[in-house]
Amino acid sequence: MEIEIDGKVAQVPDGSTIMDAAQQLGAYIPHFCYHKKLSIAANCRMCLVQVEKAPKPLPACATPVTNGMKVFTHSELAIKAQKGVMEFLLINHPLDCPICDQGGECQLQDLAVGYGGSASRFQEDKRVVFHKDVGSLISMQEMARCIHCTRCVRFGQEIAGVMELGMASRNMHSEIMTFVGRSVDSELSGNMIDLCPVGALTSKPFRYSARSWELSRRRSISPHDSIGANLTVQIKNNVVMRVLPRDNEEVNECWISDKDRFSYEALNSPARLGKPMVRVDGALREVEWSVALDYVSHALKDVVGSSGADSLASLASPHATLEELYLLQKMTRALGSGSIDFRPRRRDFSTDGKLAGVPWLGLRLSEIKDLDSALVVGSFLRKDHPLFAQRLRQLGKKWGKVSLLSVGGDDPLIRLHAQLTVSPADLPLALAAVVKSAAQLRSEAVPAGLDSVEPCASSQAIAKSLVEGEKSAIFLGNVAEQHPHAAQLHALALELARLTGASCGFIGEAANSVGGYVAKALPTALNAYEMFAQPRKAYVLLGVEPDLDCHNPQQAVAALKAAALVVALTPFSDGAVREYADVLLPITPFSETSGTFVNTEGRAQSFNGVVRPFGDARPAWKVLRVLGNLLNLPGFDQASSEQVRDEIIPSGEGFAGGLSNGLNGVPLALPVTIGGLQRIADVPIHFADALARRAPALQKTRDAAAPTARLSAPTLATLGVTDGAQVRLRQANGEAVLTARVDESVPAGCVRVAAGHASTATLGEMFGAINVERA
Amino acid sequence: MAILGAINPMLSVGLDGDNAWRLADYVKRGGYTALRRILEEKVSQGDVINEVKKSVLRGRGGAGFPTGLKWSFMPRSFPGDKYVVCNSDEGEPGTFKDRDILRYNPHSVIEGMAIAAYAMGAGRGYNYIHGEVWEIYQRFEEALDEARAAGFIGNDLLGSGFSFDLFAHHGYGAYICGEETALLESIEGKKGQPRFKPPFPASFGLYGKPTTINNTETFASIPYIMNLGGESYLEAGKANNGGTKLFSVSGHVNRPGNYEVPLGTPFATLLEMAGGMRAGRKLKACIPGGSSAPVVPAATMMDCTMDYDSISKAGSMLGSGAVIVMDETTCMVKALERLSFFYYEESCGQCTPCREGTSWLYKVVQRIEGGQGRSDDLELLASVTTNIMGRTICALGDAASMPVQSFIKHFRDEFAYHIEHRKCLVPVDVQRAGSGFFTATA
Repeated sequence: MEIEIDGKVAQVPDGSTIMDAAQQLGAYIPHFCYHKKLSIAANCRMCLVQVEKAPKPLPACATPVTNGMKVFTHSELAIKAQKGVMEFLLINHPLDCPICDQGGECQLQDLAVGYGGSASRFQEDKRVVFHKDVGSLISMQEMARCIHCTRCVRFGQEIAGVMELGMASRNMHSEIMTFVGRSVDSELSGNMIDLCPVGALTSKPFRYSARSWELSRRRSISPHDSIGANLTVQIKNNVVMRVLPRDNEEVNECWISDKDRFSYEALNSPARLGKPMVRVDGALREVEWSVALDYVSHALKDVVGSSGADSLASLASPHATLEELYLLQKMTRALGSGSIDFRPRRRDFSTDGKLAGVPWLGLRLSEIKDLDSALVVGSFLRKDHPLFAQRLRQLGKKWGKVSLLSVGGDDPLIRLHAQLTVSPADLPLALAAVVKSAAQLRSEAVPAGLDSVEPCASSQAIAKSLVEGEKSAIFLGNVAEQHPHAAQLHALALELARLTGASCGFIGEAANSVGGYVAKALPTALNAYEMFAQPRKAYVLLGVEPDLDCHNPQQAVAALKAAALVVALTPFSDGAVREYADVLLPITPFSETSGTFVNTEGRAQSFNGVVRPFGDARPAWKVLRVLGNLLNLPGFDQASSEQVRDEIIPSGEGFAGGLSNGLNGVPLALPVTIGGLQRIADVPIHFADALARRAPALQKTRDAAAPTARLSAPTLATLGVTDGAQVRLRQANGEAVLTARVDESVPAGCVRVAAGHASTATLGEMFGAINVERA
Repeated sequence: MAILGAINPMLSVGLDGDNAWRLADYVKRGGYTALRRILEEKVSQGDVINEVKKSVLRGRGGAGFPTGLKWSFMPRSFPGDKYVVCNSDEGEPGTFKDRDILRYNPHSVIEGMAIAAYAMGAGRGYNYIHGEVWEIYQRFEEALDEARAAGFIGNDLLGSGFSFDLFAHHGYGAYICGEETALLESIEGKKGQPRFKPPFPASFGLYGKPTTINNTETFASIPYIMNLGGESYLEAGKANNGGTKLFSVSGHVNRPGNYEVPLGTPFATLLEMAGGMRAGRKLKACIPGGSSAPVVPAATMMDCTMDYDSISKAGSMLGSGAVIVMDETTCMVKALERLSFFYYEESCGQCTPCREGTSWLYKVVQRIEGGQGRSDDLELLASVTTNIMGRTICALGDAASMPVQSFIKHFRDEFAYHIEHRKCLVPVDVQRAGSGFFTATA
């Protein structure tokens, strides 16, 4: 279709609107309610334009292009209409831009300069709108500024999947508000702050701390989940003041999760470690870097010399950069130890050495929208992967058949084709049932060992959707990776992929879950679980908090406390690390170092530091490099993080090579179901990593509520406990006392107790047997 | 008495207040013969629509769009669900005809909807009844039960193989839900806010399916058209204005109420039927089509005949047929203040010009009435109305603007007097004498 806008001609596909065509031509049409990712509301009327032969001005955002249409965006009629709308928008809007937090980055302010009058004809009293308290993330303190564009409402309905805000009442008394007493803090709600074209919804932690023109903008990458969201970090006086999304259609589109947005508060936390510390006579003392590094190199040499290299183990956080992971494994191996790992929450490592390549998502993120069907296995999808879940939500809204097979019945807010919720022990069986259904549908032989499995209607429906879909995918979530039979789940998923032609992959827990494999931070001796199950003499910890990050925190902490030497490279000085570490080396978080994260689709994204390091903290790659020199190890002479990166991936940025989810020599063997009460451990979104744990605003949200013991009513009844009672949970040598809560989404015979929180750090395995009794 | 007076009536023939609304009475009056004939003779869908086209029945809800043409927009071959919806959300100030149709002759609406559903291949219908008339809603439910029991709605109507089920749905009193797309949103359980058009309901209506929405009186007229034949129905009115119409006469007349007269009847005749002006006073102005229609001064009005074309020529609209009569004791500023308040209150708040503009209009008119007018206020009102009109999602913005424009156009001196002297041109005691509420003592 051909359209002419202000004399310029464009060819646009059928179904385009005038706004689409204008954007294609680079012609700007003023607007407020229109947003490329949201449905069209046509309610602000700012984009009225003149269309040839139309008697009235028409909204560009909602008017479909007809062939040969002629549009005038600056004609007298159009300008008059736009100015008329601007006058209406301003009559009730407070005209106090100098004291508004949005001032300087306000669409209304900008457009008012172009379309507003210099004096107001409105002499009446202005509307008064009461402020609302909606939690710790979003401020709704100045709702009189709202221009009712409903972007926030539509965002909730369409992108976040939960309508946290709505427009109540009618006429000029219409108000954006929550349901009575609710807060606005779903995992994506911070995006509403960006969407709000005026100063009505503002960031609570940021507001009135800086003006937008005082801030410098730096590019960065999110260190949290495996999406690798692109960030714009805004700084003032060497302090990170705010984090905003940076558009990257292929990765995070224009969104970021609340964790990405608000965890920056931890960067300026009083708990930051600013000086190296060494334990002297039982107490940690601040020392100079030279002293600390000297101490560490001698201590490491001593341990290796006296007890053998096997007595040393290194554990890194999967949120560490590619360069850090690489240098840590290089140093550990050079010292003679093969006990290096970056997967602290993993339990089953039997695929190690049998992997065909670097495990990854199995397809590009941008391919998700074209899938016909998808199956997610073992995931607390919304909270584990907010933006990944968002992509599946959009898929489910169109034609895609999205199914979920997991251990928690949380509503993913996705239109699901089928949902199966089973106990952790039954998860391999449930996946096997889907495999068997798929084999039957494809008239292929049922894989050996699966004969006894009985597919239910849901597993048949899932198999059918995968078989019928031209392009389908299987995604293994965090639970599937942390599961005691992760290898079997992997093998079953591969078998299902083979039978259905689907792709198969891992969503990945953290920013560098793929990068760790690329950096080869993998064990040739003891893995992340074994290094604590068989206590070592010395440990090097990189950014990891074993009491909160390990599959079995009880076991990890015991081993660390008993160790002769624990060297912790950490940005923070608080927490359990003070109890067991002998040396604390202050390293920088992502904002103060350069580095690379390889996201779930294998995309290596490098970034620079955005501010100078806090105190004496130093980038971990530099610390490790110097340690390597002090230990006289070969290959530690890189001058920049880029040189380190190029050693790992010579191609630099772009997609990492060697991605494959294949397995060699892992036969299908269904595990035997165990009896007794099982634990289901989710990692709540704001407890998942060291930064989120220390972000005050995030810690006040609903998602950061202290863990409870959640059980279904029948399970609770068999224990003789009532809802709200205190229960004592026991795993191995540890116990914790929590409040019991009825949660019908928890499978029978299971108790859901979150990991990653201090109150449950005394417990054991994430999916192990657990004992519950009245406290 | 159901209808206070009539000339050559159709809809109101044989009605006897609350005594003759039941199915048996309606059948005695010849009810359901049209539906029965169509189903038994398997009259083609096209023929039904043609008959309606021939009758030149124009939508009775306000816009006066030809019903037959509207029906022909429905994609009859569309394979999925289709709906017919009856708009009984009679919220226009001055209008109270649909209420009486549903109260005294509900089966005519049911039969009309069944015929419409047949003609357009719709399997399901809803009658959206506004919130303030609960007893009407209950009566309609009773009538539905009767019709369902007799096989006039439900599965396999009269053994024809055609199925049509009809449900009543009641609103909660928002004027905007009388706007057809807001009404659809409301039926869907959402907030009653108009949708942007296109797409129109004929392609994307209730639950996203093709939908036709007509007014209660429109549907009620269908059985009579089918029985009489389109041409005879047209002849009952006047050229391009087929049939009879109910007029809700209110205001300063002796016998306010509903009157059924052929379209083209002189206004003077209708006024006479309504008992003439109260206390023999002089007519000052008349709003001929509900509060959204521009006001017409007495002299012009007395020359009009009551049909779409004549009233349109006089610069107004026949609208829903709500004739609001005002005599010489009326203060036009006060009258406009009340009207503006209504539109300000009932704006849904969705789009900017209407949300902000209607409140601005009301505040300015209120200020003038309160003696705080400014010399440039009339110019301001004119400018604000032009900024609202034609720039909103639905017609409420226009409806709010037209009274303001017409009141000022025809009674500018009264407004100017008000602003200059800070009081009404019509003395307050005269206003009170003319009002039904302040008697004698004034």
